[in-house]
Amino acid sequence: MTEAPMIRMVSVDKHFGELHVLRDINLEVTAGQVVVVLGPSGSGKSTLCRTINRLEPIDSGTIEIDGQRLPEEGKGLAGLRADVGMVFQSFNLFAHKTILENVTLGPIKVRRTPKAEAEKAGIGLLERVGIADQRDKYPAQLSGGQQQRAAIARALAMKPKVMLFDEPTSALDPEMVNEVLDVMTTLAKEGMTMLVVTHEMGFARRAANRVVFMSDGEIVEDAEPEAFFTAPRSDRAKDFLGKILTH
Amino acid sequence: MDALIAEFPRFVSGFLGTLRLCLFAAIGALVLGTLLAAFRVSPVPPLRWVGTSWVTVFRNSPLVVVLFLFAFGLPQVGVVFPTFGGNSFFWPGVAGLAAYTAAFVCEAVRSGINSVPAGQAEAARAVGLTFQQTLGSVVLPQALRTVVPPLGSVMIAMIKNSAIVGAFGVTGELFSVDGALTAAGYSALSSLGGVALAYLAITIPAGIGLGVLERKIEVKR
Ligand SMILES: Nc1ncnc2c1ncn2[C@@H]1O[C@H](COP(=O)(O)OP(=O)(O)OP(=O)(O)O)[C@@H](O)[C@H]1O
Ligand SMILES: [Mg+2]
Repeated sequence: MTEAPMIRMVSVDKHFGELHVLRDINLEVTAGQVVVVLGPSGSGKSTLCRTINRLEPIDSGTIEIDGQRLPEEGKGLAGLRADVGMVFQSFNLFAHKTILENVTLGPIKVRRTPKAEAEKAGIGLLERVGIADQRDKYPAQLSGGQQQRAAIARALAMKPKVMLFDEPTSALDPEMVNEVLDVMTTLAKEGMTMLVVTHEMGFARRAANRVVFMSDGEIVEDAEPEAFFTAPRSDRAKDFLGKILTH
Repeated sequence: MDALIAEFPRFVSGFLGTLRLCLFAAIGALVLGTLLAAFRVSPVPPLRWVGTSWVTVFRNSPLVVVLFLFAFGLPQVGVVFPTFGGNSFFWPGVAGLAAYTAAFVCEAVRSGINSVPAGQAEAARAVGLTFQQTLGSVVLPQALRTVVPPLGSVMIAMIKNSAIVGAFGVTGELFSVDGALTAAGYSALSSLGGVALAYLAITIPAGIGLGVLERKIEVKR
């Protein structure tokens, strides 16, 4: 018997009113895999990402994390979300808390970790992402790259089984993109299961096991990065790659 | 102003009576109003319904009607309030004023909650915080800055509204001092003038305190 995949989506459909944003999505990500999700704007990448920890509920189909079906809204769902780290395009650090408090809030409130222990672990994580010296500042006092690294540390503090990234570098100035991608690459090498929505092809080539290409709410291709970038099969992917490569 | 000078102790006790009435009503209104605001943004539809109904009913009813309902209507359906220092209207008055003011507190708190970017609550939920934890640890603390000024106006309006509670039978608060003095032969103008000054002695410092509080919250972060 093989182990259950870390993320499993079966026949997932979702509408926003009339708009069919996710069409019959079937996706499995095994433990330790890194999957990059690509696709044109509005193709449903963010929505896909957000359904995995049920920030967006789905209309039909099933989603399982590590063999466990997503519970309904409530305590069970909060518990499951604690195991799924999420990093947002706009960082979303808690504006009224210091960087260290951002990282320790979850462990203290959700995991009931004693404060001193949570702080020790939090400082360790901030060291790992290279911003331990910023721990007592508020988010607004940090650069975008530092904020995003803090947000990654906040997610890691929960010791998640999976990490979801929704365009983690799109809101950053170009010179800060690499400091965040470096942290993510290291994380991938260490064996974290990751689903990453990004248009950073360097990262996809370097760190991803698979590339999933979405268009109009559908998964159109699911291939190894090299194969996808050098020889996309569908016209939609060819068209899309043509556009982003010329930019 | 001769009444104010000659009957100063009466004014002091009325002043304290109003403070006491308002203190109880303010605590009740703030707690209930915040709870109702939490109901209104909760993911549970019946709770949202309770919050919305409460606001709709109490914000659109005259306070006098609400007070009469609490003082005379509720006892008829078996809700009996204890007396307070021999006065049977005190607790119905406090409860009615609190229930009425809570509707306004709720709306002030709710607009504060809505002023916090949605990404904050989303990040909190993504970390695994429950709805209550998200509200208590992330959203409400950030809403506070926008909530304090409108909440201050609501509280000052409540202090003024407390006169209506006095008008219908809670003795020992400020507005009832006027009735007592007029009965004792003072001119309406002199006794009411004193009462008005005494209200200002509550509401103006309350306003100043509020300004200080606003600035204090502003410098944080
Ligand atoms: N809350 C919502 N209500 C209604 N429509 C929505 C909502 N969120 C997203 N949509 C729509 O759903 C579609 C898919 O959106 P989604 O954000 O998943 O796309 P995306 O692939 O992430 O795009 P981008 O690259 O621009 O981030 C879009 O047409 C978008 O306008
Ligand atoms: Mg998106």
